[in-house]
Amino acid sequence: MNFADVPRLTSVTEERGETTVVVETAGLREASEYLRDESGFNFLADITATDYLGWNERTVAGYWGHRGGRDINRPGSWGLAKKPEPKPKRFSVSYHLVSVVSGARRATRVRLQVWCDEGESVPSVVSVWPTADWHEREAYDLMGIEFEGHPNLKRILMDDDWQGHPLRKDYPIGGEPVRFSGAE
Amino acid sequence: MTLAARKQAPIYTGTRIPSPIPSVLQVDPVLREEGDILEVNFGPNHPSTHGVLRLIVELNGERVEGVEAVIGYLHTGFEKNMEQKTWWKAITYPERIDYLSFQINELAFVLAIEKLLGVEPPPKATWMRTLLCELSRIHSHLIWLGTGALELGAISLLWYCFRERDAVLDLFELVTGVRMHTRYFQAGGLAEDIPPGFFMECRKFADVFPGRVDEYEALLDRQAIWLERTKGIGLLSAEDAIALGQSGPVLRASGVDWDLRKVQPYLAYDQVDFHVPVYFNGDVYDRYKVRMDEMRESTRIVQQCLDGMPEGPWTVDDRKIVLPPRHELHTSMESLIHHFKLVTEGYRVPAGEVYVAVESARGELGCYVVSDGGSKPWRVKFRAPSFVALEATATTVAGSLVADLIAILGSLDTVMGDCDR
Repeated sequence: MNFADVPRLTSVTEERGETTVVVETAGLREASEYLRDESGFNFLADITATDYLGWNERTVAGYWGHRGGRDINRPGSWGLAKKPEPKPKRFSVSYHLVSVVSGARRATRVRLQVWCDEGESVPSVVSVWPTADWHEREAYDLMGIEFEGHPNLKRILMDDDWQGHPLRKDYPIGGEPVRFSGAE
Repeated sequence: MTLAARKQAPIYTGTRIPSPIPSVLQVDPVLREEGDILEVNFGPNHPSTHGVLRLIVELNGERVEGVEAVIGYLHTGFEKNMEQKTWWKAITYPERIDYLSFQINELAFVLAIEKLLGVEPPPKATWMRTLLCELSRIHSHLIWLGTGALELGAISLLWYCFRERDAVLDLFELVTGVRMHTRYFQAGGLAEDIPPGFFMECRKFADVFPGRVDEYEALLDRQAIWLERTKGIGLLSAEDAIALGQSGPVLRASGVDWDLRKVQPYLAYDQVDFHVPVYFNGDVYDRYKVRMDEMRESTRIVQQCLDGMPEGPWTVDDRKIVLPPRHELHTSMESLIHHFKLVTEGYRVPAGEVYVAVESARGELGCYVVSDGGSKPWRVKFRAPSFVALEATATTVAGSLVADLIAILGSLDTVMGDCDR
């Protein structure tokens, strides 16, 4: 399938058999409507927000696999000091779309992606795919992404008066404080 | 009525999805002003909500005029926890998310790791995974049938279903050593070889089970109360089901022939012969029929897996991702090092992002995984079918009687662990 005509397109990448279409954040609704009406992606499977805070800051050492498989006899250090590719902004929001046709033989999938920073909002797609309602509320609740135009944007999994957004990388994992640990 | 005739008759025209909030049914302002609206809380501790689901229901007499589902009571932060564990330790988490079809959840995550690693498991592992996933589907549908019928007053069915469910759990115990949350799949194949005697026991079960499904169906399908309480209730049209992201049996009961095992075959599903049941009325009864037929089809797949199970290794021979055999640790220094490295820091997975979707007992179960190339996942997200199914509550219960609310909710087959994660 050709995605070159998607409005407000930034890039199209193909990796591991999955297509990722990145569009400008402000043009998300336009691109969504195009994908639904022109390309037939009538089914929104999932919305995932990912926090890339700290990504690309430390090198990941050790054994690295590659696309052709893994060779046990290669030295384990050939990937030393490698860093993952940097990301454009802190948060990504991925929309996994499927074209559902009754009796079809194959499923066509695409990942629509937008990027935003802390304090920036993402247009809501509830008007395009009604199922986005709860998915967006979850992304708001756990990752703190503001969805502009969502009819009912409030917390869904955490308590209404919860502080912070638990799935962010700067949110502590918690645990009991232990005496005599650290600099004491 | 013939199949074609049923297909043509629309369940309803237009859309019934409430506006502006698709998941909340709001009471008509005129009715709220003039009528006698009673607000009732169902749950979070209600015996028939399949876990801790809270429904705020607004009733006008016996009629449901407003409904809002409140979830999150079982949120345990699985996704956050998985980011703190090495890849192979994180495999134990997905199965606790949906505790009724645990093998399938485990599979989704393991397939995602394998996709990132670029590892192809040996055929024996693939076929065994197919077999266990189908047993898992049977297990999940049996619990659904037992509890769903119980809620409508057919108490005896619960005991029958749990008898069969126990037989399935016995099979899991035979293979993996535990009855639930087995952690039997891992990146590269299976955790252990299939024990001798399993095939014989499994075949016994597969031979007897279709007859049992017929019995259950006979118990329900000839019962006037069951038919009265399930037919024409909880309607969902194909158009609305797709718009609301419904998948699995709920979508297929609305007349959409869509099964991920067929349209994007994974495991050995393209090598076995099975049929996808589709019904067209989109009511509670059709969802029940889809699941009954699926249990029969799953048994057929199990039988074909038993016949076609290939010989050979059960896991890939790559010491960088799979623990070396125990006996080697006493004689081989290298094996000891590999064992130590795997247990302490785990294996590293190439950077990238993948979305793997499998057909769970409840529908499309997706697993989105991001890796930065380290030994722990950067982000794991599960597309939980139960979470999405509950979004359809407002559309399906609109205007129904309060007694039918329970039947409709049961027919969506939600597991709160899956929903809240």
